[in-house]
Amino acid sequence: MAIDTEPAAVTPPSVPADLPAQDLVMRLWRGDANGGRFVDYSLPPQEGEVVLDVVHRIQATQAPDLAVRWNCKAGKCGSCSAEVNGKPALMCMTRMSTLPTDQPITISPMRAFPIMRDLVTDVSYNFEVAKRIPAFRPRPRDPDGLYRMAQVDIDRGQEFHKCIECFLCQNVCHVVRDHEENKLHYAGPRFFVRLAELEMHPLDTLDRRDYIRREMGIGYCNITKCCTEVCPEEIHITDNAIIPLKERVVDAHYDPIAWLGRKITGRPAPSPAEQAWEFTGAAHAQPPAEVGRGGPPAFEPGEHGPGA
Amino acid sequence: MTDSERHDFDVVVIGAGGAGLRAAIEARQAGARTALVCKSLLGKAHTVMAEGGIAAALSNVWPQDNWEVHFRDTMRGGKMLNNWRMAQIHALEAPDRVLELEEWGALFDRTADGRILQRDFGGHRYARLAHVGDRTGLEMIRALQHRAVSIGVDVFMECKIVRLLQDDAGAVNGAVGFWRESGGFVTFGAKAVVIATGGLGKAWKFTTNSWECTGDGMALALWAGADLIDMEAIQFHPTGMVWPPSARGLLVTEGVRGDGGVLKDRDGERFMFNYISPFFAAETASSIEEADQWYGNKVDFRRPPELLPRDEVARAINSEVKAGRGSPHGGVFLDIASRRTPEEIRRLLPSMYHQFKQLADIDITTTPMEVGPTCHYAMGGVRVEADTEETTVTGLYCAGEAAGGMHGSNRLGGNSLSDLVVFGRRAGASAAARALAGPGRVEISEAQVSEVVRHATFYLDNEGTEDSYAVHRELQETMQDLVGIIRVETELLQAREKLIELAARASKCTVEGGPRFNPGWHLALDLESMLAVSNCTTLSAIERKESRGGHTRDDYPGFSPEFENINMVTRLVGGEYVLTKEPKPQMPDELAKLFAEEVH
Repeated sequence: MAIDTEPAAVTPPSVPADLPAQDLVMRLWRGDANGGRFVDYSLPPQEGEVVLDVVHRIQATQAPDLAVRWNCKAGKCGSCSAEVNGKPALMCMTRMSTLPTDQPITISPMRAFPIMRDLVTDVSYNFEVAKRIPAFRPRPRDPDGLYRMAQVDIDRGQEFHKCIECFLCQNVCHVVRDHEENKLHYAGPRFFVRLAELEMHPLDTLDRRDYIRREMGIGYCNITKCCTEVCPEEIHITDNAIIPLKERVVDAHYDPIAWLGRKITGRPAPSPAEQAWEFTGAAHAQPPAEVGRGGPPAFEPGEHGPGA
Repeated sequence: MTDSERHDFDVVVIGAGGAGLRAAIEARQAGARTALVCKSLLGKAHTVMAEGGIAAALSNVWPQDNWEVHFRDTMRGGKMLNNWRMAQIHALEAPDRVLELEEWGALFDRTADGRILQRDFGGHRYARLAHVGDRTGLEMIRALQHRAVSIGVDVFMECKIVRLLQDDAGAVNGAVGFWRESGGFVTFGAKAVVIATGGLGKAWKFTTNSWECTGDGMALALWAGADLIDMEAIQFHPTGMVWPPSARGLLVTEGVRGDGGVLKDRDGERFMFNYISPFFAAETASSIEEADQWYGNKVDFRRPPELLPRDEVARAINSEVKAGRGSPHGGVFLDIASRRTPEEIRRLLPSMYHQFKQLADIDITTTPMEVGPTCHYAMGGVRVEADTEETTVTGLYCAGEAAGGMHGSNRLGGNSLSDLVVFGRRAGASAAARALAGPGRVEISEAQVSEVVRHATFYLDNEGTEDSYAVHRELQETMQDLVGIIRVETELLQAREKLIELAARASKCTVEGGPRFNPGWHLALDLESMLAVSNCTTLSAIERKESRGGHTRDDYPGFSPEFENINMVTRLVGGEYVLTKEPKPQMPDELAKLFAEEVH
């Protein structure tokens, strides 16, 4: 395409017409583990800002001790996760122009994690889970010292590697969002992505399927796709990571029984489409039992997540 | 407060980007008990922002490539100011480090026959950058992070180190920091310390750097008595976003140009052909026709001027804008839309597509980007011994952007990620060797610890009048305006005066609120580091009376033979910044020969 050759010497006005005339009202959560409250801050709008810019301006001019975690301000590090008007998002990638400014804009910390201070939460749960993931174990190199992999065989893995560990998926996963106790035995969507990437890595030689079932709690996930919806990297967490992982796990664990069952009833194995049924709004009410081939995921009765 | 928390390790690594992680892995693998201390959460370091790739002469795409060509490109890119031995080690070892990342799980893009694909970048004669789309740094940091965690490196997150500790003989034996969350202090005893804290871009207003890049490690080393070298050499990346204002400075990867993108002025003319310096004329295409053929045939054609080293391109853009031929928001146009199909652009440059779409509402598959120079990288840094990465202070090692020498006066794109792993590994090995050969638990001076704690908490109790955010903003404006891409003596002298004033004001900062996760307090302490490195940069910039790489003097254009073989060395003597000009190490004849040969 041709470049725009129109000489555009005119400097745009500092406050373009599409900026609201009145001050922004930002309603930020202030407090710590002992409690807190929302505090309103008013300030004039500026051109082209994202939510994090406005938070920084509040910090620099009105609330110097306002705690907020951030690093790159470019959507690449996943540090500034929060809930903007109740919607989990990266503050650095949420443009102010996408938010209604006729009412206060509410910024609160991620709900699934304990509050440290203001907008900063204690996300150490995730780093504890990470330590329990059985590490990558590659096969030996080819005789010439190289590894060979076809691009098509790593496309999926590369999709998973886009994860910036913002933990928004962990934040919205209802298995842990309202059930702190489940964190003890549930890895969460971020780590199902991690496990899927290891399981599908062309060079990896370790079989983690039984471990994923027993120790990572994959059965708790009842594929409501909340994680997929909030992923800023648009990783298809549910469809490409969790469901295939569930299938592999049940393949490893249940296949002989399923085979016997099919022998007895004469029913064919369910198709992938049947296994991966789409959830809608009523998702949380659905039992997880139908997922995968050959029977319920492995968790003890009475120990399951809130959806069941 | 001082006796509350102490941890003892063989090796303590400060900074958890690529260099710190690689150092920690090496030290741990050598059997050393290793701590990794970082200001942010693990995996968030500025390395994740690296986009284009990791340079290594794997020769997968062009069999003509080898370490000697890479070495030569690196030295020429650095305008020969590089420490030749570091550049040699780097070129020799980078391929093994890339293959090692793959062994730890990294998934680089592939060639048709399944090997690691390599892409073109500025200043590299052959397509040399192993990459993952345009998010190579993320891939690298994850592979290293998983490896470090799996072999038992102890990670201490969101902990800011305030000062190093030293024994009576001056050897480093620990560090004192505080937890960002609680404000509580922590002492690390260590037989060896590795600094891997990255750069200093946050002292400038428009920068690609994240909040962490405040020159902490350079300052820690300086305060412990180490030398810094060539601090005047600051890289302004030619292509940062210029609009919207809040995104100004954000990196637009050189991969855009490597994959065919071209720079145009407001009239659509490819202006880079007007900026080919004699130093690179022999290896640069002189016409659009020749330039465009180079992408497919690197043997018979010369590379396009858009892929000159970064310092050359940044100066050219600066000149175009100054001459009034820029884009509406004060940059120039970077056009990939007319050069590649939308599908190719989205596949090759997914992060760039996403970044422009989301932050500027611009579709780069149909519309040219507006770009301009932005502060990106410190070539200078802590002086190290090339083979061991030991600083001039015993027990203190340094690797990555915090270290100086490897890149001379200008770094080639892709040579940073490889620098991190090549020298991170060596620093970790050297630190572990010292630690494992040394005695048991180190003796730490309680008085030193108390003094550090007293100093750091001073701002919390201070009844001063200054605000750390305001002082930081003025520092950024000072460095941007007076120590920027084009420098002149009168302004540099002004900057030096201003820095004295700002240091005085910074010491009067008062912090509102308590010690718990208080960014105002953290910034007051980061300011100390930024002021220290800004002073060294300004002093070195005044004294290097020539233009070379990332240091351009309006009053001294061009190279000066007098400065060709000189490192600018800054150190603290009796609390004063002192500069000496010292001869750089001389290349042996067999390597010097590489530069006498025909370029093309």
